[in-house]
Amino acid sequence: MNLFSFIYQKRVRDIFWQAFVLASVLGLLTFFVLNASRNMREAGIASGFDFLWRTAGIEIPFVLTGYTAQSDNWSLLWVGIVNTLLITIVSAIAATVLGFFIGIARLSTNWLLARLATVYVEGVRNIPLLFFVLFWYFGVIATLPGPRQSIGIFSIAFLNNRGLIVPLPNDVWPFGKAALVILIAVIAQLVLATWARRRRDRTGQDAPVWPVGAVMVVILPVAALTIATLATAWDVPALRGFNYRGGFVLVPEFVALFAALTTYTAAFIAEIVRGGIMAVPKGQIEAAAAVGLRPSQTLRLVIIPQALRVMIPPLTSQYLNVLKNSSFGAVIAYPELVSVFMGSALNNTGQAIEIIAITLGIYLAIGLAVSALMNWYNARIALVTR
Amino acid sequence: MSTLRAIRQKLFATPLDAVITLVLAYLLWRALVPLVDWMLLDATFEGASRADCVRAGACWVFIKARFGQFMYGLYPPDERWRVDLAGIILVATIALLGWKALPRRRAFAVASLVILPPLGIWLLSGGFGLAYVETREWGGLMLTIFIALYAGLIAIPLGILLALGRQSQLPVIRMLSIIFIEFWRGVPIVAVIFLASILLPLIMPSGVGIDRLARAVIGLGLVIAAYMAEAVRGGLQAIPVGQHEAATALGLGYWRTTGFIILPQAIRIALPAMTNEFISLLKNTTLVLIVSILDLLGIAQAALADPNWVGMNKEAYAFAGLLYWLGCFGLSRVGVALERHQAKSELR
Repeated sequence: MNLFSFIYQKRVRDIFWQAFVLASVLGLLTFFVLNASRNMREAGIASGFDFLWRTAGIEIPFVLTGYTAQSDNWSLLWVGIVNTLLITIVSAIAATVLGFFIGIARLSTNWLLARLATVYVEGVRNIPLLFFVLFWYFGVIATLPGPRQSIGIFSIAFLNNRGLIVPLPNDVWPFGKAALVILIAVIAQLVLATWARRRRDRTGQDAPVWPVGAVMVVILPVAALTIATLATAWDVPALRGFNYRGGFVLVPEFVALFAALTTYTAAFIAEIVRGGIMAVPKGQIEAAAAVGLRPSQTLRLVIIPQALRVMIPPLTSQYLNVLKNSSFGAVIAYPELVSVFMGSALNNTGQAIEIIAITLGIYLAIGLAVSALMNWYNARIALVTR
Repeated sequence: MSTLRAIRQKLFATPLDAVITLVLAYLLWRALVPLVDWMLLDATFEGASRADCVRAGACWVFIKARFGQFMYGLYPPDERWRVDLAGIILVATIALLGWKALPRRRAFAVASLVILPPLGIWLLSGGFGLAYVETREWGGLMLTIFIALYAGLIAIPLGILLALGRQSQLPVIRMLSIIFIEFWRGVPIVAVIFLASILLPLIMPSGVGIDRLARAVIGLGLVIAAYMAEAVRGGLQAIPVGQHEAATALGLGYWRTTGFIILPQAIRIALPAMTNEFISLLKNTTLVLIVSILDLLGIAQAALADPNWVGMNKEAYAFAGLLYWLGCFGLSRVGVALERHQAKSELR
């Protein structure tokens, strides 16, 4: 037995290699940190997070919060987060709707419809998103007519080269009440569905959950929102002189980024939808018909649950892509997180490391939250295997 | 007769289908006729300046006049042969490697991987007898291809290493790989390019400058490496455990098992997914625009500001968009072909 034979043991070697890699990584990081701190000292850049409480002094053209140029950098950060989330949520919803239609169209038996959907998907997927962003901003929105020749949308919203002007409710309280009504309806529906499922498991009797559900979660909310809309005084934009007064102006950058993100992401979602539906074996549909399910029941109980199971993971990553891609707004100066914080605030304060860490941390945190939510949903609908 | 029946079945199967077909056909007609008019029938192809474009359609003269910029950016015209030469060497090498009967194909592949990247940088940037051309002057399609290739050179090996690390039995290496991969996958590429251009000079010892273009390439390479790693992991996970066990039974250690048994199979399986990541890299090269590097899209955008060619937005976007589409669509067909080839070899 040699004194040094222990170096041939797998355990010892494993520990050695891991320690070696860890030490190299830590060494490299230390090297970077030391350089950075010396370089920053030489350049006279402050460090620490005090700057967050200092006045931002940056004008932002598109603000949903109470931010003004006199607010501090915290408020600036918050403006960036809100604008990022706004464009992400709105684009993700629109892209999902458009993507579902195109995905189903690709599976249509109508040759022309299926072919057009294919052309759309193959055309859009193979062109960079930045191309679409620039195209919509400089090629479409910038070439729209001025305010006086605006394109009216039912005479309540107006599209021109200064953006999309939409009506704004004077009072949001009726919508709060409507939301409350909808929340109660959804909870009641969930309770009813649970009760009906338990009863079916116990007695085998079906309760009319779906017709009731249609009333509870579709008709009731629509009615509540309609009443709220009618009960509120609306600030409808109107042409006064050379520009529109009233309403809310969605800046051209928002409209262009929305159009680009929606049309681009829809092509990817269409492929996910198509893949999901095609993943349901034909035998499932035939078997459903054989056990006497109606076509609507087949769709609801057999096709959709199985297609969703395949679609949820890739859809999640598409939604996260929309979040990350919303930063393309920085190129056309839509004031989202990267643009206002990593761009403007960094230029103003020079505190690169802190600002980059905060910005990336926020993306990582939102991303983790969305993944966690979608994973939870995915686990719920996943195949239960014995 | 059968054609008629096919048309009826495919386009007019039900009344609803008939309505959809007619509406779509009408919309298509309304869209295609002006498009063809603009692109071809009413377009101007001959001439030298804005004044020659008197017809209603596209002014392709603009593209012709600026073709050099679209291809080479501001690269000095007298030195453009170097770019052409680099391109020819690249295409010739790929063609030779595609030839299955090439003698010593493997050695040739390794040699070209070692020699070509530094050769390309030397040809393009100069030194050792060639005039220096600063990266500031590079641009256009040439720069797009350059960024995609060199970021790919970082991303592919690093991605493979990270994928192996993520599958490793050693917890420290696994954790480090996961942190690296999930970090880069979780942040926007726009932010990464900003970050690379700001942070890279900051973390280097003073006096060590990193070229602006190199920063963007490194940033892109790191992000795509994380995505590549996930593509390769898919391939690694598809390898049956029996392969590992058989290799171990033959007495092969970790590196030989990985290098001779696992990776060759895993990469072959992962190739279509890796092609998709490369397409996404090619599309994301456009983001260098935010650090004022003028790739193909950037040159097109910059051309719009030329006072001699006002209002050429449509022509510039159409040309750049078409080039991107051809590149990405071509690559995606390569991916499909690889997938088919694989399916065929599995049948054997």
